[in-house]
Amino acid sequence: MISLPWFLGLSAVLFSIGTIGVLVRRNAIIMFMSVELMLNAVNLSLVAFSAHLGDIHGQMLVFFALCVAAAEAAVGLAIIIAIYRNNLTVDITKINLLRW
Amino acid sequence: MLTYLFILLATFAVASAVATVLSRSTVTSALFLVLNMVTLAGVYLLLKAQYLAIIQILVYAGAIMVLFLFVIMLLNVGDEEPVWKQISIRLVAGFLLGTAVLAQLLYAVASYTDSLPMIATAMEDVGQVSAIGDVLYSHYLLPFMLTAILLTAAVIGALLIAQHRAQPKSRP
Amino acid sequence: MLDSASLLPLIIALPLAGFLINGLVGLLSETYRSRKTLIGTIGTTAAFIPFLLSVWVFLGMTPDSDPIRYHFLNWISAGDFVSDIAWRADQISILWMLFVTGIGSLIHLYSMGYMKEDEGYWKFFAYLNLFVFAMLNLVMGDNLLLLFLGWEGVGVCSYLLIGFWYQDILKAEAAKKAFVYNRIGDFAFLIAMFLLFRHVGSIQFDAILAGLGNIPADTAFWIGLLMFIGATGKSAQIPLFVWLPDAMAGPTPVSALIHAATMVTSGIYLVSRMSGLYALTPDAMLIVAVIGALTALVAATIALTQTDIKRVLAYSTVSQLGYMFLALGSGAYIAAIFHVITHAFFKACLFLGSGSVIHAMHHVEHELDHHGKHVRFDPQDMRNMGGLKAHMPSTYWTFLLATVAIAGIPPLAGFFSKDEILAMVFNAGATVSAIYYVLFAMALATAFLTAFYMFRLTYGTFHGAFKLPKRHPEAAGSEKYLHESPWTMTAPLWILGILSVIGGFMGFPDFVVQTFGNPDAHANWLHGWLIPNVSEAELVLAKPIKWGILLGSVLIASVAVWLANRTYGQDKTAETDATLQTRFGGAYQLWADKYRVDEVYEATVADPVLKLSDKVLAVFDLKVVDGLVNAVAGLTRFTGSLLRYVQTGNVSGYAFYLVAGVLIVVGLILF
Repeated sequence: MISLPWFLGLSAVLFSIGTIGVLVRRNAIIMFMSVELMLNAVNLSLVAFSAHLGDIHGQMLVFFALCVAAAEAAVGLAIIIAIYRNNLTVDITKINLLRW
Repeated sequence: MLTYLFILLATFAVASAVATVLSRSTVTSALFLVLNMVTLAGVYLLLKAQYLAIIQILVYAGAIMVLFLFVIMLLNVGDEEPVWKQISIRLVAGFLLGTAVLAQLLYAVASYTDSLPMIATAMEDVGQVSAIGDVLYSHYLLPFMLTAILLTAAVIGALLIAQHRAQPKSRP
Repeated sequence: MLDSASLLPLIIALPLAGFLINGLVGLLSETYRSRKTLIGTIGTTAAFIPFLLSVWVFLGMTPDSDPIRYHFLNWISAGDFVSDIAWRADQISILWMLFVTGIGSLIHLYSMGYMKEDEGYWKFFAYLNLFVFAMLNLVMGDNLLLLFLGWEGVGVCSYLLIGFWYQDILKAEAAKKAFVYNRIGDFAFLIAMFLLFRHVGSIQFDAILAGLGNIPADTAFWIGLLMFIGATGKSAQIPLFVWLPDAMAGPTPVSALIHAATMVTSGIYLVSRMSGLYALTPDAMLIVAVIGALTALVAATIALTQTDIKRVLAYSTVSQLGYMFLALGSGAYIAAIFHVITHAFFKACLFLGSGSVIHAMHHVEHELDHHGKHVRFDPQDMRNMGGLKAHMPSTYWTFLLATVAIAGIPPLAGFFSKDEILAMVFNAGATVSAIYYVLFAMALATAFLTAFYMFRLTYGTFHGAFKLPKRHPEAAGSEKYLHESPWTMTAPLWILGILSVIGGFMGFPDFVVQTFGNPDAHANWLHGWLIPNVSEAELVLAKPIKWGILLGSVLIASVAVWLANRTYGQDKTAETDATLQTRFGGAYQLWADKYRVDEVYEATVADPVLKLSDKVLAVFDLKVVDGLVNAVAGLTRFTGSLLRYVQTGNVSGYAFYLVAGVLIVVGLILF
């Protein structure tokens, strides 16, 4: 049987890869995808705990997290489209009007 | 047997994640992310969470990533330079910070290993669709309904923000 | 039939209801304000029914019966301090209830006629009802706090009513003056309450009476003195009397109700209530008596010089109140309460009569205006009057009756109460201290002056020739415009006039009956009624001395009346005044200037305070307080100007800070 730490380790690795993606990439869409990666990692750890504890509630949380991620993806992409329309770029280093 | 499967799936997951983050073309990134999600669905099956595995593929890989691809195509974003060609302080700092996060998380997992249980045998039934449906429509009825409203709001919001205008405004 | 105790809340509630109805409906509805008869009827009924109810309660009581108490609600309960809203009708308070509501309703009726042309008719009746409500709370309160509530309430109503015609700045200032001087007294009263609570543990009257033994002697002195200072504010004694003459700026019914019959007697009520306390401190009682006597004499000398009818009556009120305090200070609580009642009768009658005269003079002014002659004169100035008795018989006769009563001529009411006071003061001279003999002499002098100046007033106003045409030639022949007042005004006058005649018999002296009839007879009803309830001093004078005082006071009063008749009665008012002026010279000037008390207060208290606030406090307010507020705003702005640099607009920077923050927080949790 595979014990829990393995799953958690996998989740940790995926999470940190996602973090690096957010911090390193300049393309807004790639950044967004990295965030989705982080969300997935968390979902994985939740399901792992749910399986090892025999408790369904972990999976319910994932269910709802999934729904919210879907909604968030829709809105986030809409925003990116709107930004693109105004600035003709998705490079985040070039979008910095909201400053002091 | 299961261990072997797990290692296979885990490796695929990590590799596709790295590819997502590092690849030059945006479309490639998206496709690698799809692969990542499918492997994760496989891991869910290993954990006997059948319902979630299927949902993961249907919703995440099938709907959300498709949306991503639509947007990428719409915006016609060009390719970038490879990441390693853009070495800058931002890159280095980002990499270091990410690694620090990994270290912290691994430390947390490692120090509590003793108290972590094995997979429960009762999980066979718990991950079934019927079990999920049972709880979903009783305990979680209100969040369920609220999620419906949330998704409606998201759709309306996305429509409003992204709606097509007569001509796209150019930068002043 | 009805339980007396449950009538008490009804007695209190009715005037309040009258206030709310007239006040709220009048405030909100313009059409209501023109329905003057309705407003007046509501107001008068709200005062009259409580009178009937009080009579019922009174008839159910005997001199020995227990106080009737009605507990309404638990108001304050803070640690040891408990104060409830509870009302009490005992032998002392029932007397006040009777004449407050009785004379109150008569004055309401009078006001229906007097204030008929006024725009603020509805407001007036609302305020009057509110006043009755507050006054009833004062006399019916079962503890000092409820009494104080009523005390303040009547002060507020006094302010509202004196300043009723507030568009005239002088009248508004008079109202303010009344309120401020009252408040000075209230401060002393509050301290007395605190001291009392400290030593007795309660401010409920029965508890105070029971706990008097716990009060050390010199604290009792201070409590007594401080309460008396509070009473000087409310009852216009030295040093806080200066507001009462100015308060004549209010409409005459107000002067009659508040400043003759009811509010100013609150001080007497308070001291009578606390008679048990005052019995512990003869020193405080001496002070009370001295100030009372002094005030009586000083006010009487001032009244001699005044030409405004209402001012003469105002100073007369101050003087008579001095008499009452003199009585209280000599341990003669019953005599003081007796004088309160008889004074209420004849003083209210006098004030309402003067109102009737002023009403007539106003009418003369209006008629002259109609005929195109615009004569400006003061309708209250005695020197413009004269000969009114032919045109206003009801007013004249009632005024005369009341004047005879106040002069102390038997068998009218004033004589009995004044004589009893004189006897008790002399008695105190014999039993307590020789100083009282001096006060007795002062009281006799005041009695002389009272009779003298009151008849001066009556002769000057009603006898002789009408003087307005002499002073203002354009007003020639304006006599024909003088006419008697309507029944709503003369009926109360007659009722009060008759009461001034027969009211004294409630306190008919025992020794007179004993001399001619049964040696053990008790004819003094009031004495019998009150003696179980107050710490009355013992009367040790022998019968011959009592007869001597009685006959002596009658003699003095008669001489004064005869002298007044010889001078003022022969239509020689102005000449006599001039003679007095030359005869007494500087003294007369001092009296006419009201002893310059107002000016002294102005110079010693008001001016320095104003200067201080102008130079010091205004600067402090501007620089320090405002400066502090501005500094806070400036600090916020400064911090903001520094913090805004955090917003760089750089998205990846934000992401960095986010992750770094998470690392730190999780690190803190892990380690």
